[in-house]
Amino acid sequence: MSLDAAMPRASAPAILPGSGGLRGALSDLFWRKPKVLLLLMLLPPVLWLGIVYIGSLFALLAQSFFSIDEYSGLINRQFTLKTYGDLLQAANLDIILRTVTMAALVTLASAIIAFPIAYYAARYARGRWKALFYLGIMLPLWSSYLVKIYAWKLILAKEGILTWLFGKLHLQWLIDAWLSLPVVGGNSLSVSFTGTFIVFVYVWLPFMILPVQAALERVPGNLVEASSDLGASPGQTFRNVLFPLALPGIVAGSIFTFSLTLGDYIIPQIIGTSRLFIGQAVYSQQGTAGNIPLAAAFTVVPIVIMGFYLWGAKRMGAFDAL
Amino acid sequence: MRSDRGQSAPLSLKVAAACGLLFLHLPLLLIFVYAFTTEEKSFVWPPPGLTTQWFAVTWNRPDVWQALSLSVRVAAISTAIALILGTLCSAAVSRTKFFGRETISLLVILPIALPGIITGIALRSAFSLADIPFSFWTIVLGHATFCVVVVYNNAVARFRRTSGSMIEASMDLGADGFQTFRHVVLPNIATALLAGGMLAFALSFDEVIVTTFTAGQQQTLPIWMLEELIRPRQRPVTNVVAMVVVLVTLLPILAAYYLTRDGDQIAGSGK
Repeated sequence: MSLDAAMPRASAPAILPGSGGLRGALSDLFWRKPKVLLLLMLLPPVLWLGIVYIGSLFALLAQSFFSIDEYSGLINRQFTLKTYGDLLQAANLDIILRTVTMAALVTLASAIIAFPIAYYAARYARGRWKALFYLGIMLPLWSSYLVKIYAWKLILAKEGILTWLFGKLHLQWLIDAWLSLPVVGGNSLSVSFTGTFIVFVYVWLPFMILPVQAALERVPGNLVEASSDLGASPGQTFRNVLFPLALPGIVAGSIFTFSLTLGDYIIPQIIGTSRLFIGQAVYSQQGTAGNIPLAAAFTVVPIVIMGFYLWGAKRMGAFDAL
Repeated sequence: MRSDRGQSAPLSLKVAAACGLLFLHLPLLLIFVYAFTTEEKSFVWPPPGLTTQWFAVTWNRPDVWQALSLSVRVAAISTAIALILGTLCSAAVSRTKFFGRETISLLVILPIALPGIITGIALRSAFSLADIPFSFWTIVLGHATFCVVVVYNNAVARFRRTSGSMIEASMDLGADGFQTFRHVVLPNIATALLAGGMLAFALSFDEVIVTTFTAGQQQTLPIWMLEELIRPRQRPVTNVVAMVVVLVTLLPILAAYYLTRDGDQIAGSGK
């Protein structure tokens, strides 16, 4: 663009005439009325998410108030709470309880494993090491979900590397003893709750590390020094200084680990027992059983649990750590 | 300058952190070994022998290629849609304050915050209520919905660092809105969009939970993989595909990291 065209000469009127053409007119309109531009920018994403996503969610919610006719297997499109009543059957309550317990245990274990990694990355890693830690957490986070599960199928298989390793260490009896326990045991690690638990922890661990690290980054190192200068043992410093300051990060991470465990149906299907989790129940109800209302009612359970969870997390200031 | 630089960590912390990182990485490395094993029927360790023949076998499997091609096409289209919607949304949210701004952020994040199975079954029941048959586009519809958030997050972080006065300066110098977007806004957010686009591609390429509900009989690569996990047909082929998938997803992640590392949006770099 030449300089002449860009700079109005002194004789030109202070207010320029509107630019010509459709493009110019549009450009002028956006400048004079920013709200029009805002509306045009927001319209496509809001329409997409509003119609495709929220619309589908409501379609699902609506179906949970329908019921299935037990004899014909047809769906009766009349408002009823009967499906929610079915949810309270002992078998279904079992599924919900089992899933929530697993989610809580997975969250706890991820927090314990994540803390040292996050603390080291936040306080001691510098320069090249910092980048290495960052990538070391991001790569497993973004690696293929199914490949990660597959890797654990290889590890936990009866003839796999774990059995081999314990055999070499003459610790085979330890695995056998563990597998003979009720509930957590089974024929082999890959068909036991222990296996399901390990894989859940592995797959969701990076989601816990990142927010905990973000929370710990904001703790000045001299705070820890001050605590030990004042006579606190490392344990006391951890309990009274580090842990309370890291807690919002842990809660933020637990939103992911908890929510993802509640909704997953692939991990317990591939590595685990035949006893169902919520996700599997939803999948089998909508698929083979064709009972969409019950499947929909089942999905409302994690939504409600997560609603309460998020509400509590917000009160603890967890969202600042995201 | 704080006084806490240059200290070394206690040994127990070093060991715990190192063990944690090993726990994250060893299983993925194991995949690489199994891709070369001569064992066909079981997951026996250590591998009885090493071979590269399964790479050739996998190369000649049409079902793998079909699944791969569908996955790439779905990911490409979903990423394109997510780029447009995510950029528009982030531009609107970061440049102006308006009523319902928080709701918009929530709306964008929701598809990834709620468990995938909810998104999946919600879409499926909506398709069945509206009598929409499963097709390529039903998969794209689901994928684009949760890919928006990745683009949005990257672009919002970049917009936050881009000064609004540059846009005003451009307009003052006589550029119209479209020229300003083309010559001022776009160069500023380009790398963030590229990074967001790559992550969105990786996310879509890997997605399985929502896809099982929206694909019908079609097979994307993750669905193919899931089938193999549930009903194994030829284990060595699965091993090879798993290794290739790990390698292929590494590249966009590394690229996205290098594109955004100078910024302040790297999660965990402190505020």
